[in-house]
Amino acid sequence: MRDKIIYGAGIFAALYFVRNLYVILLQLPDEAMQGAVYRIFFFHLPPYFTAVACFLGAAIASGLYLKTKNWKYDVFAVSATEVGLALAAINLVTGMIWGRQQWGIWWTWDARLTSALITWLIYLGYLMLREGIKDPSERAKNSAVLSIFAFFAVYFTYKANEWYRTQHPGPVLTIRTGKNTIDPAMQAMLFHNLGAFLLLAVVLVAVRMNLENSQRAVESLRRRAHAIA
Amino acid sequence: MTALQAHDLWKYYGDFAALQKVGFEFAAGSCVALLGRNGAGKTTLLRILAGLSQASEGEVRILDGNPRQASVRSRIGIIGHGIGIYDDLSAEENLLTFARLYAVANPAKAVDHWLERTDLARVRRGKAREFSRGMRQRLAIARAFIHSPNFLILDEPFTSLDDRAIALLQGLLKDALHQGATVVLSTHQLKEALELASHVLLLNRGKLAFSGVRTAEMLANPGWVYQHYGEAA
Amino acid sequence: MTYFNQVFAIAGKDLRSELRTKEALNASLSFAVVILLLFSFVVDPDSEMLEQMSGGLLWMVFAFSGVLILNRGFARELPNDCLDALIASPIPGSALFFGKAIANFALIAIIEAICFPVFGILYNLTWTAQLPVLVAVSALATWAMATLGTMFGALTVNMQLRELMLPMLIYPMLIPALMSAMQLTTLLVAGQAIDSEHIIWLRVLIAFDIIFTSLAAVLVETVLVG
Repeated sequence: MRDKIIYGAGIFAALYFVRNLYVILLQLPDEAMQGAVYRIFFFHLPPYFTAVACFLGAAIASGLYLKTKNWKYDVFAVSATEVGLALAAINLVTGMIWGRQQWGIWWTWDARLTSALITWLIYLGYLMLREGIKDPSERAKNSAVLSIFAFFAVYFTYKANEWYRTQHPGPVLTIRTGKNTIDPAMQAMLFHNLGAFLLLAVVLVAVRMNLENSQRAVESLRRRAHAIA
Repeated sequence: MTALQAHDLWKYYGDFAALQKVGFEFAAGSCVALLGRNGAGKTTLLRILAGLSQASEGEVRILDGNPRQASVRSRIGIIGHGIGIYDDLSAEENLLTFARLYAVANPAKAVDHWLERTDLARVRRGKAREFSRGMRQRLAIARAFIHSPNFLILDEPFTSLDDRAIALLQGLLKDALHQGATVVLSTHQLKEALELASHVLLLNRGKLAFSGVRTAEMLANPGWVYQHYGEAA
Repeated sequence: MTYFNQVFAIAGKDLRSELRTKEALNASLSFAVVILLLFSFVVDPDSEMLEQMSGGLLWMVFAFSGVLILNRGFARELPNDCLDALIASPIPGSALFFGKAIANFALIAIIEAICFPVFGILYNLTWTAQLPVLVAVSALATWAMATLGTMFGALTVNMQLRELMLPMLIYPMLIPALMSAMQLTTLLVAGQAIDSEHIIWLRVLIAFDIIFTSLAAVLVETVLVG
C-alpha cells in the first residue's frame, strides 16, 4: 500500500513538472532584461529551498535518533541528506549555466554561490563519514552528531558569506531585488515549481529509505549467515 | 548488598545479537569468572559493565548505580585487552594522570604506594615505552588499582602475564576480595581464575549457558563447565 | 574543582606527550614555514597586494599546519587502548573534550607564535602595531579550530582514513571562522584598529566559538560511548 502511494506521488510529481515546464517554456513572457534564459531560474531556486528543507529534516531526525536510538530516524537522515545533496548540486549547476549565459562566466565567488558550494561540501563530508564507519550503530551515532553540526555550520556559512561578499559586490545581481517587481505569473510559477520539487524530494526520500532498509536487511542476513557458518 | 545486577541484556551490532537476554545478580564480595569461547560475547558484556558501551536493551546496575554515572565509575577498576598506559609518559606520570582523573585524595602518596606495591619504584621515572613486557603489565595493574576500587572488571587479565605479574595480580585480587570488593573477570586461564572465583558464568554465542557457584569439582577439573554446558561441538 | 583538575590532567598529559616527542609539532612547523616560503612565489613580496593578503596567507598556513596537530588529538589514545581507560574513568565527556581542546589550542598557538615573526621577517612587514588585539583575535580563531578539530577527531578516531576525513570535515565548517580571522588579521597586521565596518567579523568569531564549543561539549560523550 505504501509503495502504491509512493508510485502515485511520483507520477503526480512527474506530471506536475510536465505541466510546469509547459507553462515555463510556452506561456510565460520573456523577462525584461534577461531574455529567455531566465527560465532556468525556476529550476535553480526551488531545488535550493527543497535542499535546505531536506537538510533541516535530516538534522532533526539526527537529533531524534540520538535521543531514541530508533533506526528509522537514521534511515531518514541519510536518505534526506542524499536527496538534499542531489538537489543542491542541481542548484549549483543551474546557477553556473545561468551565469555562463548571462554574464559569460562559469563561476563567481558571490555570497550565494560560495555558501552553496560550501554547504554541498559539508554534506558530502557527511556521506564520506558514513562510508568510512562500518559498524551500523557507530555510523548512525557519529553521523547524527555531524548532521547537527552541519546544519549550524550551514547557517553560519550563509550569514558570514553574505557579509563578506556584499562588501565586494560582484557581477551577479541579487535575486531579491528582482522579487518585488516580479511578474505575478512568474511568482506563481516559482511556487508551483517549488511544490513540484518538494513532492519530488518526498518521493525520492521515500524510495531511498526503502533502498536503505533493504540494504540493512541484506547486511543482517549476511551477518547471520557468517555467524551460523 | 547486591553489587552487580544485569537484567535482560541485549546488545546488537546492526542486526547481529552479540548478547541475548543475559541476566544475573551477585552480592558484594563475589568473584565471578566469565567463561566462553572466543566470540561468545565476553568482551561485549564486560565493556557494557565497564560503561564503555551501552546495552541495546536491558539494564545493568553496578554498586546500585548506572555504570555511566561518574560516582560509580570512580569505584570501578578495569584492565581491558589493551593495557591502557601511555608509552611516552613515565610510570610516575602515567599513574599521576590517572590518579587525578579518578580524583584520588592524595595523588602523590597513592602513586608512591602503588609503585612500591608493583615493584616499579626503581623505574618510576622511566618511560613506559622502555619497559619490559612484565613491567608494563605491572604498571597497568597499578593503574587499575590506584584509586582503590571496590569493583574490578578484568578482560583476560592473566593472558600473557609473566609469573611475577600473575602472582602480584592474584595477591591484589585476594586482598581486594577480602575487603569486600567485587570482581568480574573473563578468562581462558581456567586454573588461575577458578582459584579465585566464587561464581562462574558461561556465555555461549551471546546466551547465558550457565550461572552458578564455583564448586570444588570445577576446581579439580577446570574444564567441567565447558564439558557440561558448553556447545555440543 | 575536580572538574578542572581532570581537564588539566588531560591537557597536561597531552602537552607533555607531544612536547616530549615533538613529532606533530615539527611536522606542522616545517610545513608552515615551507608554505610561507612558497607564497613568496605567488605574490610579489614587495607589492601592496601582500598587505591585502596577509591575513589570508597567515590563516591558510595555520589551518593547513594546524590539521597536522589536530590529527594527533584522539589518535594518541589509540595505542594500548588508552581511550577505553579514559572513557571508563569518571572524567565527564565535556572535561575530556576541553582537556584535549586546550592542549590542541596550545600546540597550534606555538606554531602561530613562531610563524608571525617569520612572516614579518620574510616579507619585511611590521605586524606588531596592534599586538594585543591581534593576539586576542588569533586566540579566538585558534579556539575555533581546536574545538572543531577535537570534536571531529573524536568522530573519526576509529576510522581507517581518519587523516583524510578530518580535514575534509573541518575545513568547510571552519570557513566562517577562518574568513573572520583573515579579515581581522589583514586589518591588524597593517596596523589599523578594528572599526565599525569590521566589528561584525569579531562578532562572527565570538558567536562561532560559543555555539560550536557548546555543541561539542554536549555531544562529545555520546560520540565516545559506544
